[in-house]
Amino acid sequence: MIELIDVHKSFGVHRVLTGLNLSIEEGKTTVIIGRSGGGKSVLLKHIIGLIKPDRGQVLVDGVDMTRLNDRELNEIRKKFGMLFQEAALFDSMTVGENVAFPLREHARLKEKEIREVVSDRLRAVGLSGVEEKMPSELSGGMRKRVGLARAIALRPQIVLFDEPTTGLDPVMTEAINHLIMDTQESFHLTCVVISHDLQSIFRIGHKIAMLYEGVVIAQGTPDEIRASRDPVIEQFLAGSIEGPIQIM
Amino acid sequence: MGRIVLLFISVLGWMFRPPLRLRLIFKQMEFVGVRSIFVVVLTGMFTGMVMALQGYHGFRMFSAEGMVGATVALGMTRELGPVLTSLMVTARAGSAMAAEIGTMKVTEQVDALYVMAANPIQYLIVPRVIAGVIMVPFLTVISDFVGIVGGYFVGVGLLNINAGIFMKNITKMVELSDIFNGLVKAACFGLILSLVGCYKGFHTTGGAEGVGRATTEAVVLASITILISDYFLTALMF
Repeated sequence: MIELIDVHKSFGVHRVLTGLNLSIEEGKTTVIIGRSGGGKSVLLKHIIGLIKPDRGQVLVDGVDMTRLNDRELNEIRKKFGMLFQEAALFDSMTVGENVAFPLREHARLKEKEIREVVSDRLRAVGLSGVEEKMPSELSGGMRKRVGLARAIALRPQIVLFDEPTTGLDPVMTEAINHLIMDTQESFHLTCVVISHDLQSIFRIGHKIAMLYEGVVIAQGTPDEIRASRDPVIEQFLAGSIEGPIQIM
Repeated sequence: MGRIVLLFISVLGWMFRPPLRLRLIFKQMEFVGVRSIFVVVLTGMFTGMVMALQGYHGFRMFSAEGMVGATVALGMTRELGPVLTSLMVTARAGSAMAAEIGTMKVTEQVDALYVMAANPIQYLIVPRVIAGVIMVPFLTVISDFVGIVGGYFVGVGLLNINAGIFMKNITKMVELSDIFNGLVKAACFGLILSLVGCYKGFHTTGGAEGVGRATTEAVVLASITILISDYFLTALMF
């Protein structure tokens, strides 16, 4: 269970989060939607302790992430996996070494066992036999799948996805959506997904939260969000340029 | 500059915490040290040669050509060996440190390290700093040696200075402390260039343009800091 309570964050004079409250259920997929530059990635980085709030609490299984030192943060981060927007694979390592990285860092496994886990995770994302390739040899979709294989290498409890389908063609978008759903089910993960892609949002989300002007203005099941009469949500889902959301 | 000192303190803290990343340290030692040998040999050799050439014309006015060897050896071991070596390593390896870590920063690879509970200071910066502190003195020894060899070649081989006098004056004038202090300087310069390179890379913002800016700033700041600190180290040591 992840809870954000009255979280405030500013960068200089720019107030990004202004008293945000959000509960993320265990074993479900929560999708966070909102306009570009609205603080969704900042919110995600608060959950994993990459950014500390100016005020408020971020509770992961009851532990306040904002009060932990480096060593304690590292311990709790072992519960997490994260798929970055551009996958953030290490350029200097092969695909196999990338997926093996968290295992070599934290799991006391023999080299043979590491190779087996790497091969298993790559198979789970539909990419068998690419262990020796370099990230620069992969397409955008393949990079994201390798990123997902790395994120689930240590069998984390929580996986964060930062715009997993941005920049992909519709077929690859659907493939990634399937992958997220399959992985969530088979590993019983708590997933937090940031996405703009409306089709993906309703396909993968058990719960959807709308972030607007630094706070979550609505959260609920996909059907509840679809049925919402909130003008901000209506405008966002309709993709209309007219409404309360100002175009900057 | 204060932030670089804070980074240094942080590096010291992480240096003595397990795991000891020997593979990464050796990889950086190979990159900073072994791959810089050619450029350091070339720089040291021609510096020694030009010092002998210039020195010869000066000393000839006092009929003291035999002092050329000692001048080259003292100049190389005390000053030019450590300074030129560290400037060349700054240009080659310090810039690469800033560019590599900077690229990792803007492509979220540094964040990925944090997320996978691997501290980037321990994983990226500590091995580079250790490599800088160990390998720049190692390169300086090579630079000192080839500089003196270059001076010998020009002085004895081309300008017909007596080989015995050339060598005798070197052994008479150059003390072990000259070499040792030069190597201490080199270690300090290795620390400066690796810390500055890593710091600039680690604080890169703004995509490809930011990486370019960080790289340039790293070379300029490290070079200036090396030259300024050289004065103070010299004042303290000699």
